Amino acid sequence: MDLAFILRAFAKGADAVMIGGCWPGECHYVTEGNYDALGSVYLCKRLLAELGLNPERLRIEWIAASEGARFAEVMNDLVARTRALGPLGAGEGLDAAVLARRLRAARELVPYLKLVERERLRPPRKNEQVYRDHFASEETGALFDELVVARLAVSEILQLLEESPLSTAELCERLGLSASVVSKHLASSARQGWVRYDVGERRFHKVRSTHEPA
Amino acid sequence: MTARADHGDVLVVGGGISGIQAALDLATAGFRVYLVEKAPTIGGKMAQLDKTFPTNDCSMCIESPKFIECDRHPNIEILTMTEVERVDGEAGAFEVTLRKRPRYVKEELCTGCTVCVEYCPLPIPDPFNQELSNNKAIHIFFSQAVPLVPYIDERCLFLEEETCSICVGACKNHAIDFQQEPELRRVKVGAIVLAPGYSVFDPARRGDYGYGRYPNVVTSLDFERLLCATGPHEGEILRPSDHKHPHRIAWIHCVGSRQITAGAASYCSSVCCSYIQKQVILAKDHDAETEAVIFHNDIRSYGKDFERFYRRAEALPGVRFVRSYVAVGRELPQSRNVTIRYATDAGGVRGAPADSLRGGGRPSTPPHIQEEEFDLVVLGVGLQPPKDASRIAERFGIELDPHGFCKTSPTNPIETTRPGVFVSGAFTGPLDIPESVVTASGAGALCGALLSRRRGKLARLRTYPEERDTTSEEVRTGVFVCHCGANIGRVVNVPSVVEYAKGLEGVVHAEEGLFVCSTDAAAQISNTIREKKLNRVCVAACTPKTHEPLFRDTLREGGINQYFFDMANIREHCSWVHSKQKEEATAKAKDIVRMSVARAAKLEPLEEFDLPVTKRALVVGGGVAGMTAALGLANQGFEVQLVEKEAELGGLARRIPRTLDGLDVQAYLRELVSKVYRHRLIHVAHGATIRSVSGYVGNFRTALESEGRLLEVEHGVALIASGAEELRPTGTYLYGEDPRVLTQLELEARIAAGDELAEVETVVMIQCVGCRTRERNYCARVCCGQALKNALALKARKPALDVYVLFRDLRAYGYREDHYRAAADRDVRFVRYEPERAPTVEATTSEEGRAVLRVAVHDPILGQPLELDADRLVLSVAVVPSAGAPALAKLFKLAQNPDGFFQEAHVKLRPVDFAADGVFLCGTAHYPKHLQETIAQAQGAAGRAASLLAQDVVKASGSVCDVKEHDCVACGACITACSYGAIDFVETARGKKARVNPILCKGDGLCNAKCPTNAIVLRHFTDEALESQIDAALEAP
Repeated sequence: MDLAFILRAFAKGADAVMIGGCWPGECHYVTEGNYDALGSVYLCKRLLAELGLNPERLRIEWIAASEGARFAEVMNDLVARTRALGPLGAGEGLDAAVLARRLRAARELVPYLKLVERERLRPPRKNEQVYRDHFASEETGALFDELVVARLAVSEILQLLEESPLSTAELCERLGLSASVVSKHLASSARQGWVRYDVGERRFHKVRSTHEPA
Repeated sequence: MTARADHGDVLVVGGGISGIQAALDLATAGFRVYLVEKAPTIGGKMAQLDKTFPTNDCSMCIESPKFIECDRHPNIEILTMTEVERVDGEAGAFEVTLRKRPRYVKEELCTGCTVCVEYCPLPIPDPFNQELSNNKAIHIFFSQAVPLVPYIDERCLFLEEETCSICVGACKNHAIDFQQEPELRRVKVGAIVLAPGYSVFDPARRGDYGYGRYPNVVTSLDFERLLCATGPHEGEILRPSDHKHPHRIAWIHCVGSRQITAGAASYCSSVCCSYIQKQVILAKDHDAETEAVIFHNDIRSYGKDFERFYRRAEALPGVRFVRSYVAVGRELPQSRNVTIRYATDAGGVRGAPADSLRGGGRPSTPPHIQEEEFDLVVLGVGLQPPKDASRIAERFGIELDPHGFCKTSPTNPIETTRPGVFVSGAFTGPLDIPESVVTASGAGALCGALLSRRRGKLARLRTYPEERDTTSEEVRTGVFVCHCGANIGRVVNVPSVVEYAKGLEGVVHAEEGLFVCSTDAAAQISNTIREKKLNRVCVAACTPKTHEPLFRDTLREGGINQYFFDMANIREHCSWVHSKQKEEATAKAKDIVRMSVARAAKLEPLEEFDLPVTKRALVVGGGVAGMTAALGLANQGFEVQLVEKEAELGGLARRIPRTLDGLDVQAYLRELVSKVYRHRLIHVAHGATIRSVSGYVGNFRTALESEGRLLEVEHGVALIASGAEELRPTGTYLYGEDPRVLTQLELEARIAAGDELAEVETVVMIQCVGCRTRERNYCARVCCGQALKNALALKARKPALDVYVLFRDLRAYGYREDHYRAAADRDVRFVRYEPERAPTVEATTSEEGRAVLRVAVHDPILGQPLELDADRLVLSVAVVPSAGAPALAKLFKLAQNPDGFFQEAHVKLRPVDFAADGVFLCGTAHYPKHLQETIAQAQGAAGRAASLLAQDVVKASGSVCDVKEHDCVACGACITACSYGAIDFVETARGKKARVNPILCKGDGLCNAKCPTNAIVLRHFTDEALESQIDAALEAP
């Protein structure tokens, strides 16, 4: 399950996404990719929270081919819970344009997320408990904040700059972040060559996306 | 009678799962097969089952694709409603007379539309649903029937009294023909496979437990239908008397089995313990509140993963397993509930013939009788020989065994007493599905050996028109929406879906069909593809799992690439689950079709490539399994490299003097070894280790080191027969500390060597040492038989000897039950123990001053401790996977189960295949098994391997991964994700890049999800195709 698919579905307006899989240990492939899907879901839930969306909108359930009744139960439950959450974004009190921008920012981040997942965030063993503990641990939380949250903000800044060049103050206002945080992100982005500061306009411009080569 | 006889190679009698498998293996191996079935469809008993243990796979779902495979196989001719009249000739040249009963429906004209069924006024009890619900006098046997054609039951009004012929008028195709007469036909074949299956014990004959009188007493096969979604109440468990949900359900074990009363079988039917556990689990699935009580004797969970399955059933809330002897049942007049009176251990019971301790001063206490009331009682009925077994024996000129099943050779359970006539499946005795499949493949191997020179002579190949080049064409999609009889059409408004499809982007043609999969309709699709120049096809119908191969074939017939096909499942995913919401279901069907059309537009033509096959097998392990498999292949004309790690052939069997049936194993082994050495096509490497394995199906290359020499073997297939070992229970029950403590194999060796028993008065055996524990949660299957064998041998040598067997469940499955009874009759004393109160042993001195091993055990029947002073203590120890198994698993990329035994591709239907193509499995490497079972399985593996080696090329799927080198940043994420070793780095002009070996790629797509630059794509499931599907799903229609 590619992270990009999940985010695409939300970007296209899905109010919830459910991933169904075979029970752990029952994967038809020796790769046991259902654990990878589980990992993607844990990651994506954190990401959704960062975007201001309720992580409950994403769900993974193990349902064997023989468990038709369970599938129906899960789906009915999913629909009921999603109804309670309300439409995507609106249920969370998010402005539609802001949500669209944030989702775009998140989708831009997918290549980076895949790298980070492999290098730093992957659980040590394929075991449900290990996955649960790993993604609930403070250590993983701190790593996520350090590696992903900052990049997400940068990605969002780039989204905004793509629309029009903006000053630090304007960015602070749009993002609802403090000047010091925004300045830090802008400085690092400038170092990476993603943005440049136009001295005459006193505004930042987008140069390229984070995953485009220099 | 017609004068002309048709020529074929093999006649397979019986179209159940065993006959189907035999036919498919033989046909694939290049033989022309007649598959004869007396019912109106192939499928047999397996088609009636709801799920299969121990995986709870849907039985019909896994079996029915094989029906279609048989139907479309150019080398199989299916003859239903047909029986064998007589068999003349001899092995290699049989002439068989067949008699086809009238179906009263012309198969070639019928489209399977079932209009006749709707018009038929006469309801009759439905045989497929065990007569628990009605069908019509004209009906299709079940909805996946092959051929998908109705038949007319003898109870039809016209056939009975010529008063009604409504169906004749209702049929637009004039397919109904009441003038049909029985037809005779003669065919010439070289070999015959008998797979007539079994019959189910009928408790109505004796009125067991009120069956036949009390409506709420049903058999286990009745209950299968009650559980099933295609059953009498569409999967709702309703009891017969009032169609209400039963809340308290009882299961009674061993009905018609393990009984020496008239009409019942003395043997154990082998499958009932596990199928009852399955039914309990499923009943709880249907209704979590169900209370289940299982009245049982020994629980015989002796097969692979059965013990875990038993524990799973036992651990469910509201489920009670009661070890008991069930006396009688009676019906309560008001509720029509049934009461069961039973006696438990609590006060002493003699259920099984040998459950009690004879002699030894056992006090006879009155049994503790209880009575409980149930809403429904399910009888665990046993397996019996086919009803017409004696007629089969007479017509085929074969002998039956004393139980009425087919008599087979003691060293070859697939050979009958007549050369050229082989047997598979439950006609050889009570067998489960995997064993029926294994023996079918084994029968295929034996036919292949007999007819090896004829292979391919009569075989037919399919030819297809040339593929149209569509590269410069616009997308032109055709959509075919299926009514599936009434399955879809009754719920989904099919015409409205067709209209909707016409408006979708790229769609140039849409139409509906009653059964899009019928032979006629498929041919029509091929024509439409040509006429309308379609280059994408969507079929909105059932599931690709069963029907995708068929429609891909249809595209090839239409002259376009078979990967331009997509299937929209509007039956399982829609009409079946939303049968009461017609409008919503129609809207959903449109959504599903829209997604399918969106994906289809993005599909690309793919090539399946031909891989040449090296016609040589590598067999790993020179025990009975490996040698039998090697001979099986060599006799079919294939070269074999046999690899044995020891200096000598024989394996574990070298330690077994005799079988329980009295076969001299050593003499058999000597002959087998000499056959192997004498065979010109078998090469043996002794003292060998495998250094490396590379390649893939059809083209393996294995490096061996044998007696100091290095050897490289090219082979097309590999068979893993690496065996198992007896656990050394050092430290348990003084084993290894006291020389009087032995394992069963050690005892057997001593008995064979003429053990001195003069000083021995008492021998105690302890079962389940080192297995059925938390650490080894499986039953080693062979030890109960070993204990019986050795106990009987000791008693034969010295009748005065006291022999005690301390057991948990005596798993004397199949005919071993007779030996169990014989042992009890010879005063072998069986004492059950509970694992929580396992026996203890101490070396001490008896009251008479004799040095003894004092065995203390809690006797649950006496309810008090029992002390036995033994001169010998014999441990029935676990059989464990061979020490070399993990290394082999790694070399050949094979899966092992949690216990370390090799894991087959599919427990039920691919029992000797590995998931890795071209590698097969047999013998105790798969799971502990008795010698005959090993022989049968080795022949099965040889049959499966031969059907692959008989091919000149194997096809590899086009749906594999590929790297867009331009986008690859050589991060290696894909390589670490792939457990198949299908991706490697290669040096290119643009630097290091990942490259996929398409032959090793399984197309699971994990690498795709891991690639940060989307450089690796899974063909046929590209991001573009999937994203367009996601987008289409979320588009407002």
